[in-house]
Amino acid sequence: MFRLHLIPHGTKFDIVGKSKYMLSLAAIIVMICFAFIAFKGLNYSIDFKGGYIFEIRMPNEPDVEGLRDKLGSLGLGEVSIQQFGAKEDLMVRLGKSEEGKEQEVAIQKVKDTLGEGVVYKKVETVGPKVGSELVMNAIKAVAFALIAMLTYIVIRFEWQFGICAIAALLHDCAIIFGMFSVFPLEFSETSITAVLLTASYSINDTVVIFDRIRETLRKYHKMEMRDLINLSLNETLSRTTLTATTTLLAVLSLYLFGGKVIAAFALPIMVGIVVGTFSSIFVASPLLMFLNIRRDKFDKIKKNSSGTTAANIG
Amino acid sequence: MFAISKFKVTYTIAICLLGLLFALPSFVNQQIFDRLPEFLQHTVNLGLELRGGSHIQLEVDLKTVEKERQESIVDEARKELRKQNIKYNKISVLSVNNGSSIVVSLKNQEDTQAVSKILLKVEKELVITVNGNEVNAVISESFMDEFARRVVGESIEVIRHRIDESGTKEPTILRQGRDRIVVQLPGVEDPGEVKRLLGKTALLTFHAVDEEMESIPSKEGEKVNLPSKPGVMYLPESRSKGVTVYVPVKKQHALTGKSVVDAQVSMDGRMGLPAVSIKFDSIDGTRKMAELSAKYLHKQFAMVLDGVVLSAPVFQAVLNDGNAQITGNFTIEEATQLALLLRAGSLPAPLNVVEERNVGPSLGADSITSGKNATICAFILVAFFMIASYGKFGGFAVASLFTNIMLLFAFLTLLGATLTLPGIAGITLTIGMAVDSNVLIYERIREEIRQGIRSAMAVAQGYKMAMITILDSNITTIVGAIVLYEFGSGPIRGFAVTLALGSIISLFTTFSLTKLMIALWMRRHKGKEFVI
Repeated sequence: MFRLHLIPHGTKFDIVGKSKYMLSLAAIIVMICFAFIAFKGLNYSIDFKGGYIFEIRMPNEPDVEGLRDKLGSLGLGEVSIQQFGAKEDLMVRLGKSEEGKEQEVAIQKVKDTLGEGVVYKKVETVGPKVGSELVMNAIKAVAFALIAMLTYIVIRFEWQFGICAIAALLHDCAIIFGMFSVFPLEFSETSITAVLLTASYSINDTVVIFDRIRETLRKYHKMEMRDLINLSLNETLSRTTLTATTTLLAVLSLYLFGGKVIAAFALPIMVGIVVGTFSSIFVASPLLMFLNIRRDKFDKIKKNSSGTTAANIG
Repeated sequence: MFAISKFKVTYTIAICLLGLLFALPSFVNQQIFDRLPEFLQHTVNLGLELRGGSHIQLEVDLKTVEKERQESIVDEARKELRKQNIKYNKISVLSVNNGSSIVVSLKNQEDTQAVSKILLKVEKELVITVNGNEVNAVISESFMDEFARRVVGESIEVIRHRIDESGTKEPTILRQGRDRIVVQLPGVEDPGEVKRLLGKTALLTFHAVDEEMESIPSKEGEKVNLPSKPGVMYLPESRSKGVTVYVPVKKQHALTGKSVVDAQVSMDGRMGLPAVSIKFDSIDGTRKMAELSAKYLHKQFAMVLDGVVLSAPVFQAVLNDGNAQITGNFTIEEATQLALLLRAGSLPAPLNVVEERNVGPSLGADSITSGKNATICAFILVAFFMIASYGKFGGFAVASLFTNIMLLFAFLTLLGATLTLPGIAGITLTIGMAVDSNVLIYERIREEIRQGIRSAMAVAQGYKMAMITILDSNITTIVGAIVLYEFGSGPIRGFAVTLALGSIISLFTTFSLTKLMIALWMRRHKGKEFVI
């Protein structure tokens, strides 16, 4: 009977042994990302930094691509043009947020570019104030959510697991934000969702592996920590890859068929799933080696509870 | 040992069928939808970016209200200063960096104490500072906060009335932050009309016209010098195109539109022009109107809306029944709008649009179509992959996944939650997570079988072992989602709702539905060994 096996059964990869390289690699990537975020910053959309919006009716069917190029050359930030209703109706957004007189100059420039006979149904700016509030609210919500999830991990596991989960999460978030900084991707309100999704996926993945490590800890009292983590990682490897692949496929179809708006935020999610999977295997788990986990705690649990693991299997 | 009770079978199937039933209306075309019984005529609420509509963020102009309040304090204080014969150089409201403050500059420094007392008597919520012979007063911050809360609350009420009256369906009106209001109008492509409705404070006041002063006409663009007289102000009235007449009215209004209970468009009997008939409330308004019309019988009276004179007719009779008619140079549209505004009441503060987003229905429709296609495609890819990996057991998982998505739609429909773009992301993650639960179980079963355990036993054991992991990972997600919902706003909330629902439903489908399917399959193939 044919069965697809992404990972063959019974692998014995020495993942912890490679962790020196992998952790260094992760640290370097994270540092590069931090550098980009610090020096280049994020490419905020007008959601955050304000900008111009023109709602217009063109005298005849416009050449949208041509207009985009022309407006792009004005240096007023990223240009986005949406058609709505009739073909002549356009919504033009420009990403640069300015104040006072410069606004009028910019608006005039755009009007000159668009030419004669255009009906301006609306010319307006999104104030930068709106955006900064949005950022603060989002940061607050995300931070609290992460704290809540980590609290749960600390309650269910030991505090060491919580620390490692935080490290993995910081790693993921740094890379996602870094990606928005390195590549010409716009960071909009929906991009926050992409970061959140990465964080939830990553925590989820980490929890599954931690669960297995905890179980192995209870099962083998004498096994070296290093072998124990390796065993747990290898045992869950086929699940880890299979779940990552199916989720990636789902997001990939969003990217390919979801239309422009959805595609724009499917891309960071895809990266997020890869990064999240990587971090639970190569960051969160090997880091447990360096934190002194008290083995006796797990022994006690084993003795006290009747229905666990080892006893049942035998 | 993998027995499932009759009760469990019944409720599992019942929940799934109910879910399908409530999810279905979201997927049928309009003709079928119309023939459905009424309790089923609910579909998933689509967010503005998906269905098209208008999103307006308004800032309540608290500074203007604060300044107005300060000006009225100044008016009262000035009277009192004169009464007590305190000499002052100047008393006025000055604009400072981010607000305004009352400044009294005195002739004698020893009067500062007395002035502070007067100011506090007029308004006790003042913070007063003395600087030489100058007294400064601002309204205290705590009072302004309380005041802001009340003003924003009242504004929301008025906005709701106005939008409801205008016939716009399903508006969402929410407070945001200290002085912001978000208005969402699904299906509205051009919010121009709504914005015009919200742009007017619509405070109707009645003022006596000063008889000693004369009205001053002016042509468009012409500068006029208006004479001044204490207690009198000149307000513009647009009589015909290009001509504005400045009418001298008493500053103190005699009656406001606040006691108007109804307003309808009517015809002005004499001129045959559109007018607005108003009815005052039975106690206060009616009595005041009667008093007023008796006092000013055969005298001129100005009806003023937001500082503009609508008309200044003469009282022809005493109005005892609380009915009055507002005339002016109205078109039918203007009269209709005025009637609407008077019915809905006046705003406690002016509103400024600080952010506005409109999504046309065609753009929205495109997003829905591509969103649908993407979800279907995602489902097919995942299904293929699961079946390739786990054979018929993969098939069970896929059937579960399908039910999962349907249940999610059913719950979104029943809760009246809004499906937004981030919500679709949540659904995608749900697809991944729901599959994950099954993968965890199947991998466990494989492990057990490899250890040489009989397959029936291995299935039971696999379920048992994977349970803790699945619970841990899902509870982590649910905890995170609940906190996100509590503290997040807008798109973050939409994401949190689908994520939490998706997690809960996937727990149900994994431990009820998939388990049931496997149990039934195993009963038919009793005693046979199998691999996954």
